[in-house]
Amino acid sequence: MKLKKKIPVIDQGNSLGFWGGKFGGNFVPETLKKPIEDLEVLFNKLKKDKKFILERDKYFQNWVGAPTRFIKLENLTNYIGGAQIWSKVVSDANGGAHKIYNATVHCLLAKRSGKKIICGDTGAGYAGKMLSMAAKKFGLKCKIFMGAKDIGRQQPNVKAMKKNGAEVIPVYSGSQTLVDAVSECMRFWVANCDTTAMCVGSTVGPAVFVRICGWSTSQISRELKAQLIDEFGSIPKKLKLYNCVGGGSSSFGFWNEFMDYDKKQVEFIGVEAGGPKKSKKHAAPLTYGSKIGILHGAAQYVNQNSDGQIEETESISAGLDYPGISPLHCFLKDTKRARYTAASDEEALSAYKLVTKFEKLRPSLEPSHAFFVALKEAKKLSKNTVVVINSCGDAYKDRGILEERLGKKYVKSN
Amino acid sequence: MLNPISVAFKKAKTENRPALLTYTVAGDSSKKQSLDILKSISKNADILELGVPHNTPVADGSQIQTSAYRAIKKGIKINDIFRIVRDFKKFDKNKPIILMGYYNMIFQYGDNNFLKKCKTSGVNGLIVVDLPWPENKDFAKKCKRKSIYFIQLLSPTTTSKRLKKIIQNSHPMNYFISMLSTTGGKLKVSPREILKNYNRIKKINPKKEIVIGFGITDKTIGKLKSADGLVVGSAICKEITRSLNSRQNPVTNVGKLVRKLKYKIK
Repeated sequence: MKLKKKIPVIDQGNSLGFWGGKFGGNFVPETLKKPIEDLEVLFNKLKKDKKFILERDKYFQNWVGAPTRFIKLENLTNYIGGAQIWSKVVSDANGGAHKIYNATVHCLLAKRSGKKIICGDTGAGYAGKMLSMAAKKFGLKCKIFMGAKDIGRQQPNVKAMKKNGAEVIPVYSGSQTLVDAVSECMRFWVANCDTTAMCVGSTVGPAVFVRICGWSTSQISRELKAQLIDEFGSIPKKLKLYNCVGGGSSSFGFWNEFMDYDKKQVEFIGVEAGGPKKSKKHAAPLTYGSKIGILHGAAQYVNQNSDGQIEETESISAGLDYPGISPLHCFLKDTKRARYTAASDEEALSAYKLVTKFEKLRPSLEPSHAFFVALKEAKKLSKNTVVVINSCGDAYKDRGILEERLGKKYVKSN
Repeated sequence: MLNPISVAFKKAKTENRPALLTYTVAGDSSKKQSLDILKSISKNADILELGVPHNTPVADGSQIQTSAYRAIKKGIKINDIFRIVRDFKKFDKNKPIILMGYYNMIFQYGDNNFLKKCKTSGVNGLIVVDLPWPENKDFAKKCKRKSIYFIQLLSPTTTSKRLKKIIQNSHPMNYFISMLSTTGGKLKVSPREILKNYNRIKKINPKKEIVIGFGITDKTIGKLKSADGLVVGSAICKEITRSLNSRQNPVTNVGKLVRKLKYKIK
């Protein structure tokens, strides 16, 4: 299995949509074959269309807010005493997380295809919140599927979705989290694909959704590349990019533009959710060697039992609480371009405490996983190493959990 | 030897009616009960579809999901399902059985292993909901080598060009999804419209048996009689749930429902 150079990774799949010959594909009911093919034709055409790209860039710039900040975390750098620690503050984006890029592009595509309704899944509630914002902006009716458990633990985002006029549909099946929300959303699309567009909230699902999402979030690394050159004059000799990985949309977008660099120069580190320390359950299929299986239309490493039933996951961060992982990351793992590891719930919380103690930055529980690993490793790295952590979400949505786990002062002091 | 599925269609034709296909979930609400249900309906059903329950079913509506979760909760495994088929075949060896499920379960078992087990336990056909054409080409070939029908799904969204290709490559039986819906949705198109689409498909190769499924109940089945076969699934799963909730015996109730369905298409 080999990663090709000079060809975008999203376009490196074969004719059936498999990366590396075995990850991804289109394991979908017959009814979805046609709508998926239509979307593929539209996307392949538009991603080469200069006018469409200009339109996308216009919305990214004026509405999403580009570029998001790239800042040095001076206090943390001094405290840790190893590598230089920087952060790409993607949570600056309109709505507070990277999910806005994919949502915007899906709404633009839906408009072009003449669809009036858009449906989407959400875990932490960011994908849903951003889709509701974009749908409102582009005049589309919006339906968001969300696990009942997640509705309980991510109330601020649920309120935001409703305020934007979206219908939030609670999903009570299975573990009542993201995996069930995606299933229910796909079922809704099966029944309504003639009138409705679907937005899959991450780089998962049938191949075209993986590609659209990866194409959209790549805005992050486009910005970062320019910002690095601005700051250092060129891409640093030792650059390490840390990102949390749930479905894998923010990490893929954070890395995409650096794909062709040698990994000795630009290393990618993906941090999965290890779950509570005392629990055997986790959401880290790459770290803990889960087997390849099929979930939501794509072949990928996925937590499952020997019979092929998808296993329940457990993580403090709803956004990482997914049993599978993008086919793109399976491909990056097996080609050894990226390295994957996990942080536990407790470790993510400790990183959150540390970051908020030293910096005016408030990463949500998802990027806190990446902060934990980055800060741990930065200690052992040389001063000329540049560590960048993607702070892809804001902790506002986690207020309830943070208050419960860490006490009131960690919510109020920031 | 002719596949019992084809024999069943022939028999229904001589009786001037569509074949009646039932769908129940293996292990719902227990291994023994699902076997008893198969036994109780085999007199009136021509072909038995047995669902392999999966916990992330992307094409099933709430009734079948409920049945599947119930079965999984009781601990049903694939090997139990093969045992149910084998035990049923001891009771009625000529009644065709089709397993219906999602590809991950087969993939984890291994294509070849799975088919070997299908053969030895007496499975006659397979429907794999999320393995569409052309992705299913290789698997369908493997089925053919074992004389197991791989049943292609066709949908109202399937383009004419695609229909022709799928049917050209198909085994003797195919399955037409009546409407844009997950299983068990309310019939949102008229039976006339469904039959119009059905006839369009049938014309491509009249020799292929085409069954219609999704959303068919005892209320609507009579209006679709001109098809080669009709599948009732969610309505049966619903009856099992209803029986359990009202502390009645699902085996006798489902038996009665299937008798009624048979009566409606005579």
